[in-house]
Amino acid sequence: MATLLEVRDLKTHFFTFGGVVKAVDGVSYDLEEGETLGLVGESGCGKSVSALSIMRLIPDPPGKIVEGEIIFNGEDLLKMNSTQMRRIRGHQISMVFQEPMTSLNPVLSVERQLTETLQLHLGMSRSDAGKEAVRRLDQVGIPDPERRVKQFPHQFSGGMRQRVMIAMALSCNPRLIIADEPTTALDVTIQAQILELMKGLSREYGVALIVITHNLGVVARYADRVNIMYAGKIIERGNAQDIYRDPRHPYTLGLLNSVPRLDLPRTEKLDPIEGQPPDLVNIPMGCSFRERCRYAIDQCAEETPPLEHITDGHSSACYVSSQLAPAS
Amino acid sequence: MTQLQQNGNGHNQDYLLEVQNLKMYFPVTAGIFLQKTVADIKAVDDVSFFVRKGETLGLVGESGCGKTTTGRCVLQLYKPTAGRIIFHGVDLCTLNNRNMRPMRRQMQIIFQDPYSSLNPRMTAGAIIGEPLVVHGLAKSKAEYKERVGELLDIVGLNRYMADRFPHEFSGGQRQRIGVARALAVNPEFMVCDEPVSALDVSIQAQVINLLEDLQEQFSLTYLFIAHDLSVVRHISDRVAVMYLGHIVEIADRNDIYADPLHPYTKALLSAVPIPDPIIDAQRERILLSGEVPSPLNPPAGCVFHPRCSSVSPECMEEMPEVREIKPGHWVSCINVPGYGTPTYQLA
Repeated sequence: MATLLEVRDLKTHFFTFGGVVKAVDGVSYDLEEGETLGLVGESGCGKSVSALSIMRLIPDPPGKIVEGEIIFNGEDLLKMNSTQMRRIRGHQISMVFQEPMTSLNPVLSVERQLTETLQLHLGMSRSDAGKEAVRRLDQVGIPDPERRVKQFPHQFSGGMRQRVMIAMALSCNPRLIIADEPTTALDVTIQAQILELMKGLSREYGVALIVITHNLGVVARYADRVNIMYAGKIIERGNAQDIYRDPRHPYTLGLLNSVPRLDLPRTEKLDPIEGQPPDLVNIPMGCSFRERCRYAIDQCAEETPPLEHITDGHSSACYVSSQLAPAS
Repeated sequence: MTQLQQNGNGHNQDYLLEVQNLKMYFPVTAGIFLQKTVADIKAVDDVSFFVRKGETLGLVGESGCGKTTTGRCVLQLYKPTAGRIIFHGVDLCTLNNRNMRPMRRQMQIIFQDPYSSLNPRMTAGAIIGEPLVVHGLAKSKAEYKERVGELLDIVGLNRYMADRFPHEFSGGQRQRIGVARALAVNPEFMVCDEPVSALDVSIQAQVINLLEDLQEQFSLTYLFIAHDLSVVRHISDRVAVMYLGHIVEIADRNDIYADPLHPYTKALLSAVPIPDPIIDAQRERILLSGEVPSPLNPPAGCVFHPRCSSVSPECMEEMPEVREIKPGHWVSCINVPGYGTPTYQLA
């Protein structure tokens, strides 16, 4: 399969009064066509900023993409002017945001919000766009779409609003959908419905997906590959089985061990990762996870470990990654 | 004969808290001057349960199912529409404000959102110390200061942090302040309303461990409200599942996770993602269709029947009562084997 998106050494910094916040600090990854990539990390690790950078939606000032390349379909998005970028945004790359409550416009009908992109990007007439909007709502499983399309966002429940967001994202047949915490605001049963829907649609239309989440469980079933981020960097990446079955970074291991799991016998005590994530203004020298790491060695304080190859497609930014290999 | 009646008139020595037929309806009004009640939102509709001394009862359900409202009714933060809330043998619903005050010292709450539940203009020390002042628990300034420092130690913060303001703390630390504030009055009972759901995964485990340590140290009893079933399994001794204002199943922790009986509990458990692609793919997943109906206009009969996979015509007639099917395992579903031959009933 062809490579759809290549992110090379992306650095997005925010210039604030308190100092330079290095939200994304040297991130590189690729995405194949039709592939699903999970981007996992805690709040403030830069996962959302890296996605917004792809869409060129970083508020400037204070934010700025200071370095890097984002090559989508052979073209560097960072070299485009705003007119060119507008043609890509919402057309070839679209986004599903976390909060379906706040990311839909409350004073426009769902129809107007869906037809906007269709008329703008595909040059459809108003009546054609209206019909297409109904078809899209039907496709994402909204019952009675002819009636619902005339309604306003407040008349939809949370799960239904997220379906509307997905319908909007799909409307121009994009090649890539970035979903930023698409299910975090939803209940478990609805979460399962939305994930099934997104994965199904991605399979059907060959759309590549980037799913950003803080919950390792959410992407386990759906992602082909997973990138784990910490303090603005990717610290481990691999296919889903590698990450979950053979984690090679102490942070990934810590995340997996700190959550109670329904499929394993209950443990007396949880095994948390001690301490707090570092302040992104003052990232310490060396490995940024060092202070919370139980495997840390002297070398960790001196230099930042690079992402090193472990097996095919699996790499980890840790000097002791070989010690973490399963005993078998 | 109901089990409650077996234990004499209402009160069982084992139970710290007993909730009987709790109903909380919020009126929907129309009109500007003469507000007429046009409908009721049945947030909690006929809920009964008990909490034993020293145990943790987990209360799970989706948003809008009434779990938070139940917690708030227990603390009398809402005046319930009907029902009895018996704490230490006293029905809290019959108390006036003055008599309720000493009871509040024994029951505290930890809120969900550590960002909005702390006053941004008060220092951490003042927040933690306020209950001491309100209840007159510190006799001197020195004692007050010592107690605040001690509470900070207990929840794993440093004493010098007492002079800081909430915005200077991270989410996990703020939640610790909320816990210290609740502990200040030496309560026996705590309602934990989604105490970890706003926190990052790596911090959640720290707070859960803290809550467990405190329970052991101060022999606390928890009503633990959450939507995350894996967290609830970890911390609870018994679990109650709520749906649309009703409790549909209560059982011991191991029982409910190993052998869920109610179709809703089964669906809820199967929807929890497991962080392992192979195991997760092997599990049978019951996808519920549709969404939770509005509590303004709940479906007739069993409230779950529009989404239920094993629905029968009788389900549309009335909401089944909660019955004990096995010792300690209550469920409200007429299609569960053994439901038709009642042995006990809960209230």
